[in-house]
Order: sequence, then structure tokens, then C-alpha cells
Amino acid sequence: MSTDSTAHGKTPTAHVSHHFRDANQEYESGKQGIWLFMVTEILMFGAILVGYSIFHAIYPEMFAEGAKSLDWKMGFINTLVLIFSSFTMAISISFVQKNQTKKAAIAMGTTILCGAIFMCIKYFEYTHKFHLGLYPGRYLDAAKVGAEHANLGMYFGFYYCMTGLHGLHVLIGMGLITWLLIRTIRGDFHSQYWIPVEGVGIFWHIVDLIWIFLFPLLYLVG
Amino acid sequence: MGHSSAHGENYLNHEKGLWSWLTTVDHKRIGLMYMITVLFFFFVGGVMALLLRAELFAPNAVAGVGQVLKSGDIYNQVLTYHGAIMVFMVIIPGIPAILGNFFLPIHIGAKDVAFPKVNLASWYCFMFGASLAIGTFFASKIDTGWTFYTPYSIRTGTSTVMMVLGAFVMGMSSVLTGLNFIVTVHKLRAPGMTMHRMPLFVWALYSTAILQMLATPVLAITLLLLAAEKIFGVGIFDPKLGGDPVLFQHFFWFYSHPAVYIMILPAMGVVSELITTFSRKVIFGYTAIAYSSLGIAAVSFFVWGHHMFVSGQSSFAGILFSFITMLVGVPTAIKMFNWVATLYKGSIRFDAPMLYALGFMFLFAIGGVTGIMLAVLPIDVHFHDTYFVVAHFHYVMVGGTLMALMGGLYYWFPKMFGRMCSDAWARMSFVFIFIGFNVTFFPQFILGAMGMPRRYFDYIPAYETLNKVSTVGSWLIMAGFLISLYTLVRGLRSGEKAPMNPWGSKTLEWQTSSPPPHFNFDVEPIVTAGPYEYR
Repeated sequence: MSTDSTAHGKTPTAHVSHHFRDANQEYESGKQGIWLFMVTEILMFGAILVGYSIFHAIYPEMFAEGAKSLDWKMGFINTLVLIFSSFTMAISISFVQKNQTKKAAIAMGTTILCGAIFMCIKYFEYTHKFHLGLYPGRYLDAAKVGAEHANLGMYFGFYYCMTGLHGLHVLIGMGLITWLLIRTIRGDFHSQYWIPVEGVGIFWHIVDLIWIFLFPLLYLVG
Repeated sequence: MGHSSAHGENYLNHEKGLWSWLTTVDHKRIGLMYMITVLFFFFVGGVMALLLRAELFAPNAVAGVGQVLKSGDIYNQVLTYHGAIMVFMVIIPGIPAILGNFFLPIHIGAKDVAFPKVNLASWYCFMFGASLAIGTFFASKIDTGWTFYTPYSIRTGTSTVMMVLGAFVMGMSSVLTGLNFIVTVHKLRAPGMTMHRMPLFVWALYSTAILQMLATPVLAITLLLLAAEKIFGVGIFDPKLGGDPVLFQHFFWFYSHPAVYIMILPAMGVVSELITTFSRKVIFGYTAIAYSSLGIAAVSFFVWGHHMFVSGQSSFAGILFSFITMLVGVPTAIKMFNWVATLYKGSIRFDAPMLYALGFMFLFAIGGVTGIMLAVLPIDVHFHDTYFVVAHFHYVMVGGTLMALMGGLYYWFPKMFGRMCSDAWARMSFVFIFIGFNVTFFPQFILGAMGMPRRYFDYIPAYETLNKVSTVGSWLIMAGFLISLYTLVRGLRSGEKAPMNPWGSKTLEWQTSSPPPHFNFDVEPIVTAGPYEYR
């Protein structure tokens, strides 16, 4: 039980919602909540990774062929962009904790910008694939694109589902960080209260982490 | 301990107007909102069930095709909606979202759940998902059964996508509720309320919440992939494109088997409360009951393959799943024996809630033992897709979960609304439901053993008598629920004012006024003893 309100050392009373005893209880609850939510995210992506592994074991050459038609340089740049954005997200929390609101806002802005760069690169990758006729599943005409494996469409099924779902999370994360940015500029967050900043930060790191798994699995395999 | 608020202010009259309900973050009001919606869906799903039974009253060879439902296609649709509505909109949210929302925070002496706004959001998710699912009824009615098995669900020309997206959104609602409960239990207990002083209902909800959190995301991605399969033909579940329809079954049951325990664990929690209260005796084996909930939750993740004994999975996997499935019987039996031991030498009162709890024990024992039978591989191969399976899971879901939900509603009704129900009428509803239930579903065990396949529009004349008995039973159940509805509405309108603790219970919710004040307690309670200190 964590009823000892002095344990954490950060126990101001401002902003504490009505149903919490003190700020520490609120902080601990928020943190546990966001981590549990991350567990559900990881399980959701985990299941699709299981599907990926099963079919990769059945059709290793087909997956290698699919991976070859992706541009690993694009994926690599995106990996760097996201890792850098995780860094800017992390320092924004630290700035908020030190009451350096302006620096925190700049760091958040940079994070959003990185997210946007990531999505732009993803957009160019997608449109390039469409241009080449590399559609998912039954829409990929193996003869037309000169594929060695008739069911190459399944690889792209996985590619679009996994990166699409991840991209959706990046967009949601950008939206959440924009919300943080507005509230930061408004002065809602400071050394006494930063629970939402940390929560969204954890979300953003997990989204980055998922990409770090997707990149080698989709681009570098085979 | 804080005593009742004398000035008559409570959560029902704290704020007024529809808008104050739609924007409320009070867990008690959200519980009531769930109650209204879930009972509505129960009514819809129940009407579907009555239609199905009416159609099966006589075989088509005797009564002519389309005696009630005009064609086999319509029968399939009604069957699908009955299953999907009852599973996703009634039994899964039922006890946690109604009684859990209302009583979990009060049980542990908290003012609310950890994230009240998320709690409200989960209700809106539920409503949105349910609207999508019901909306398919007006688009093009789906006919896949509630399990959406591929490849049929990809090929059928009906609105599978809308339906599975509805189930996905309702799944989000379930995840949010579970997450809220876990954090509430860990972080919001009142001073002195240690984990081992929590009521067993809270332990059951906690175990359920773990399942909701860990299993539902897998269903979520499965349903999204199914939608992607149908829209884009991604090929993962489609054998024509190199995919594997059995993988869908694995994914689906990886959620949907734990979901069975999402349905039953809260019911077991309610029964633990009822048995100890109405025996006026401290519960036997508190720790064993509490941890057996966690035990069931843990084992439930490793038994999904028993739904797939005839799907072509390896026989080694089949044998393994068969043994692990039987293992579930152990923690379940631990609960059962502890309840019986609680009754032993108790001073038992047969009020309506207690009748429902005893009814639960009787019916759930039958449901559980036939579950062990179905876990045995060769027996399951014989009974697979027969009415034996239908009877088994109705004994667990209706005989188990719904009985406990009804018992819980009657038990907590005075606390929720501050009025008493007529116990005589409530007992009458029990008699009808209990007898009707057995008349409906026991013949189905025999029909299944005779080989009658499930999900069929028609049957051979040899099955006619037992089907007639079963259909008559469904009318008795209907009568029982109508009596319940009358009893509850009458209690609401003209029941006498409920005292603080009409049943003489020891748990915290009975130590505050009926109905509770806006913040549950006038003074935060300080807990000094366990939940069942009866003498």
C-alpha cells in the first residue's frame, strides 16, 4: 500500500482531483494507469507480431522478397527521427519539472515536428509502393509486378497493417503532444504538476519502441 | 465509521436533469447508466432467444418451413444477433460494469474509481460500439455467428466490418474499465483496507480486470485484421491468398476463452458476498477463494485450444489443451467447496438474493462438470457442435452469470435506490427462472447426446418432444424475467424506504446511507477488520 504521502517527496495540494487523498496518490495512480495502458498496446502489436512470425516461418523467401522491395534507407532515417523525438520528449518533461516552460515548449514542438517528418517519409514510401503496384493482399498482381512468389501480397498485407497501425499511433501521439504544448504555454504544467506530460511521454516512447521492432522485421529481414 | 448523511442529499439528487447524467463522472451514476443499457440489450437478446426457440418448437417436416422465422437465412441472422448481443453487450459488461462500477470503490472505502473521466469514456465507447453493432441490423444483417469465423466471414456479403468494428470499440470500453479497476484496487483503498481485507467481490473484479486488460487487446487486433481482410484482402486469414483461417480461430479464442472467465469470475464474487451474508457466518477459506480467482485467471490463458479440437490442430496440442482445461476445475471446485463449507452450520436466510446464489451453485455445478466432460478430448470430438455444448455454456453463462447478476441486483437494490423490493415477488421470479432454465436447457444435454447439431434451422422428427419441452421452458424463463422487471419497477416506484443495512451485512457499502451520498461516505472510513466479521 502506498498511503505514505511523504514517500515521494512531491506532494503539493494544487490540482489534486476530488477523489484522491493527495498529489502523491494521484501521481502514483496516473503512472500505473498509463503503464497498464501500454501493456495493452504492446499486447495488441504482440499479436500481429505472432502472426508475422508464423507466416515468416512458413514463407521465409516470400518475406525476404518483400523486404527487398522496401527502401531500408528511408526506414533507417525514420528510425533516427523517432529516436531523436524520444529524446526531445524526455527532455521536455525534465524542463517542465524545472519550471523552464519555454524550453519545454520548444522540446515538445520539436517532437511534433519529428512526428510530422516521420509521417511525411512514410507517405512517400506508401505512394512509391502504390506507384509500383505493391498493394496489400489480393490487390497485388504478382504477374504485373514480376513477383517470384504468388502470395507476395500477404507480405504487404502485414507491411501495411503493421506500419499503418503504428502510423495511426504516431498521429494520435502528435495530437496528444499538441494538447500538451497548448497547456504548457498556458502554464498548466510546472514543477508541482506534470502527470499528463509524463503519461504522454511514456506513450510516445512505447510508440517509438514498437517502430524499433518493426524496422528490422519489415525492412532488414532476409 | 462514518454514519449516514442526515440531510437527505445523495448521489441521485445531488444534481438533476438528463445532462447531469450524460456528463457525470460519478461511478455510481455510470453504473446505473450501464444498468439501463445492459438491461435494454438483455431484453433485445432475450426476444431473439424466444424467437429461436419458437422456431424450433416443431420440425419443418411437421409444421412447414418458416413457422416463425421465414427462412434459414433469417434464422442464422437472429442466431448471430442473439449470440453477439448477449456476449458482448450483456454478459461481458454485465456484472463488472453495473455492480462493479457501483460497488468496487465503496467496497474499498474510496470516493470514486481512479480515473472517473475514463470511466465515463468507457460508457460512451460501449454505447458507440453497441450502436455500430446494432446498426448492422439496419444495414445488412450479419449471419456469421458471434465468432466471425473466417473464411465465411470474409466471403459473406453482409456488414461484417461494421459489426467487428463495433465489437472492437466495445472491447476498448472493456479495457478501460479493467484498467480503472486495477489502479483503483491498488491505489485508492481506504486506510486500513489491506488487500486481504477486501471483500471477495473486489478480488473477483480484480482478477476479471486483469483478464480484460491482457486478453482484449488480442481480440482488438484480430478484429482489425479481419476488417482489413475483408476490405483490402490482406490475405492473413484467407487460404486462397496463402493465409490460414485456423490462425483466426487461435487468435479469436485466445481472447474469447479468457472472456468466458471475464463473464463468470465477477459472478463468483457476487455469490461469495451473498453466501456469507445470508449464512450470517464468516466466509470459509477467504484466502483460498481470493487466490483461486487469480488462479482461474492465470490458467484461462492456456486453454483456448479446447475450442479447436476438431480444427486440425496437432493431436499433441489437443491432448495438452485437454489436460490444462481440466486444471481449471481445481480452483473452481475450491470456490464451490468453500461456499458449501460456509453454509455448514450457518444460520441461513432464504431471502431472494440467497435463492439466486444457491441457484447459481446448483446450475454452475452442472455447467462446470459438463465443462470437464467437454475438456476430455474424445468426448468433445463426439459432442462438438451439438446441443450438448449449447446446454453446457448456457448453464455457465445464464445459470452462472445471469443468476448471480439477478441475485446481486436484488441484494444491492436497497443500497442503489434506497428502496426495498418485495421479497415475495423476487422469490417468485427466482422460482420461474430456475425451473424454466432447467426445463429449457437440460433437454438440450440429451438432444446433444442424441446428436442434434447446433445452429440448425431444422431438425429430424426424432428430436421433436425434447425441443418442445425446451421451448416451453423458454416461456417460463420469460415469465420469470417479466416478474423480475415488475418487482424492480414496483420497488423503485413504491417500495418502502430502505434502512442503511437491511440484510445485516458487514461490508463497507452497508455502513453508509441508502442511497449513498455523492462521495460515498461522509467521513473516509478507517478499516480495522476483515469484511465478514459475523459471529
